[in-house]
Amino acid sequence: MPRITVSRRAVLRTAGLGAAALAAGCTGFATTGGGGMVFLSTQFRPVDEAQRFRDLLARTISGVSYVTIEEGPFAGQVRSQVDAGATRIGLLGGLHGDLAPLADGYLEDVTDVLARLGDHRWPADYLELARAGSDRTWYVPWATASYILAAHQDALENLPSGVDPAALSYDDLLDWAVAARRAEGRPVLGLPAGPKGLLHRFTQGYLLPSFTGGQITTFRSAEAVTAWEYLRELWANCVPSSTTYDFMQEPMESGEVRLAWDHVVRLVSAPRQRPDSWRMLPSPRGPRGLGYMAVLAGMAIPKGSTDPELARRTIEALSLPRTQVELLRSNSFFPAVAADLPDDLSPAIAMEAQAVRRQQDAEDAILSLPPVGLGEREGEVSKVFQDTFRSIVLDGAPIRSTLDGQARVLQGILDELRVPCWAPDPPAGRCEVS
Amino acid sequence: MRSRSPWLLLLPSLVLMAALFGWPLVQAVLAAFRDEGGFTLAHWQRLLTDPYFLPALRNTVLLIVIVLPVQLALAIGMALLVQARPRFIGGHFYLWCVPLAISELAAGLVWLSVFDNRGYLNSLLVSLGLSENGVQWLSYENTTTMLLTVVIAEIWRATSLVFVIVVAGMQVIPRDYDEAAQVFGASLGQRLRHVTLPLLMPSLQVALILRTILALQAFAVAQALTGRDFPLLVGETYEWYVNLRNPAVSSAVALVVLALSLGTALLYLRTVRQPEGAR
Repeated sequence: MPRITVSRRAVLRTAGLGAAALAAGCTGFATTGGGGMVFLSTQFRPVDEAQRFRDLLARTISGVSYVTIEEGPFAGQVRSQVDAGATRIGLLGGLHGDLAPLADGYLEDVTDVLARLGDHRWPADYLELARAGSDRTWYVPWATASYILAAHQDALENLPSGVDPAALSYDDLLDWAVAARRAEGRPVLGLPAGPKGLLHRFTQGYLLPSFTGGQITTFRSAEAVTAWEYLRELWANCVPSSTTYDFMQEPMESGEVRLAWDHVVRLVSAPRQRPDSWRMLPSPRGPRGLGYMAVLAGMAIPKGSTDPELARRTIEALSLPRTQVELLRSNSFFPAVAADLPDDLSPAIAMEAQAVRRQQDAEDAILSLPPVGLGEREGEVSKVFQDTFRSIVLDGAPIRSTLDGQARVLQGILDELRVPCWAPDPPAGRCEVS
Repeated sequence: MRSRSPWLLLLPSLVLMAALFGWPLVQAVLAAFRDEGGFTLAHWQRLLTDPYFLPALRNTVLLIVIVLPVQLALAIGMALLVQARPRFIGGHFYLWCVPLAISELAAGLVWLSVFDNRGYLNSLLVSLGLSENGVQWLSYENTTTMLLTVVIAEIWRATSLVFVIVVAGMQVIPRDYDEAAQVFGASLGQRLRHVTLPLLMPSLQVALILRTILALQAFAVAQALTGRDFPLLVGETYEWYVNLRNPAVSSAVALVVLALSLGTALLYLRTVRQPEGAR
């Protein structure tokens, strides 16, 4: 992308077209009026989520306008604006994987902000991540989210006897899906395999770590073959329209799906509508343990921020336990700081919070992160997992050769990027599929 | 001085074409064959091993092969109807042209509401008792029904373009030829085959070239109806460029589309020739 646009821009300039007009066309995001300092973020992109967060922000601090952008353009925007010495952004919000790669000279050191806020006690893991391998802190952990299972009461009735739904193994889940399919006469388990669904997070952070203990390094191991064989069997008991599901809450509400796995934000509206019908459960565990993925969002200040003082105040305001609980209420993202969850949380949120906590606190928990440091190539790594799923599970391709082929693609991307591995793989100098 | 003036007049459009069409084309070719280390075929290798590329190529060609003849036949039929000037022809003409004004994506969404699992068609089938739970038209397991739905949506959406071109072509055919054939006792079929169609060839050629190029670019309808389950070539360029942010592979797909467009356009120019002495 950069090569093409830059050259085209150069030509257009010589053709006498105003570069300003082009820049306006290229910014790729629009502030929705209001003015004020721009808070550019990759989070809460769906319109209703963004609106709920804007309301929260307006109640918390004034003069900040929240603008959302996709992950790829996000890094491009920040880099090009900082490089040009004309930053028009005040504050950044994004996942660890969005912010950490910018720590090489595009972010302000926020160690002092963190020190001033010190008494909120973030978990040490988060603070370690926020240093992005250096001795300074580049972003303030803002919120976390994870992925869990949701089960309808009808499905719970079909749970094989002797199985604790809050401590499932992958084999239990399969038995459950089979039993529910037999009882209902149709499959009731749904997975988010739609074009915008997050099924690749299931394979990256749940299935593969639970079976192999790793995400990238063990991609083509013998255990990975077992994991994919398992997923094939599980899929045979899934609702076939799963390939169209982006957000599981929709088929859950319509009754097509009685048992689902997805991101907490994408599940919450079903139990919010009918809290008595749904139960939220921690994800299952495999031979190596309970693999789960924690999504950590943070706030950072770009170099040359339009209003560093306001940015700092915004970070402080959004880091208060009180506002983080508000965020949980409005957007279902869990507090990054140690906050006591109040008793008056809506039942849906409380159920989710409990399931997420059980998942984290499990003794055999294996924490995975979404890919780190891949920048705009992250989509291609997700594609490796999506294509592997499509070939093996949907098209029935042989597992061993598919994994070998996709491992070559994955290795090719990692070789070009020369990045270290991220959890659960060991952080060796270069990430390699073994 | 006199011989230079045409070039001066052409200059603005030449500059614009070179800047907005030629240069990006050169860039695309360079992007598809180059990386930091110079010339490479790695992007093509990546593309050819991609599980979406071959299905996308197959689907695109299938779509053209099925849709084009149907559209051509329909358009000629509709144009002949218009020529016969039945009652309310003005109304029909506008109705037939409505799809021209509807954006591709909107058309896809309209058809999605028809073919969806709980869409109009399935509701109708269930209420008529023809099916218990409806047919999963858009399921990834049924490539045939997916193709069928995309074909129907494309025919509905784009036949009017061929129709407008064919009507325009028919109106410039002098009526004398047809009347002369009638005087000599030619039947309707004979007049159509020996008089109207040969004289219509130049318009058909234009319609075929335009429609094929546009059909190669079709993607929003399939995207709306089937997501990534029914990939098309232009959808792949979009996917690689926007979602995967890999302009090199995206350019490679775009070059495949370009080669296909050029190839079919040349084929039409050579085969659908206007007969000698037709004018």
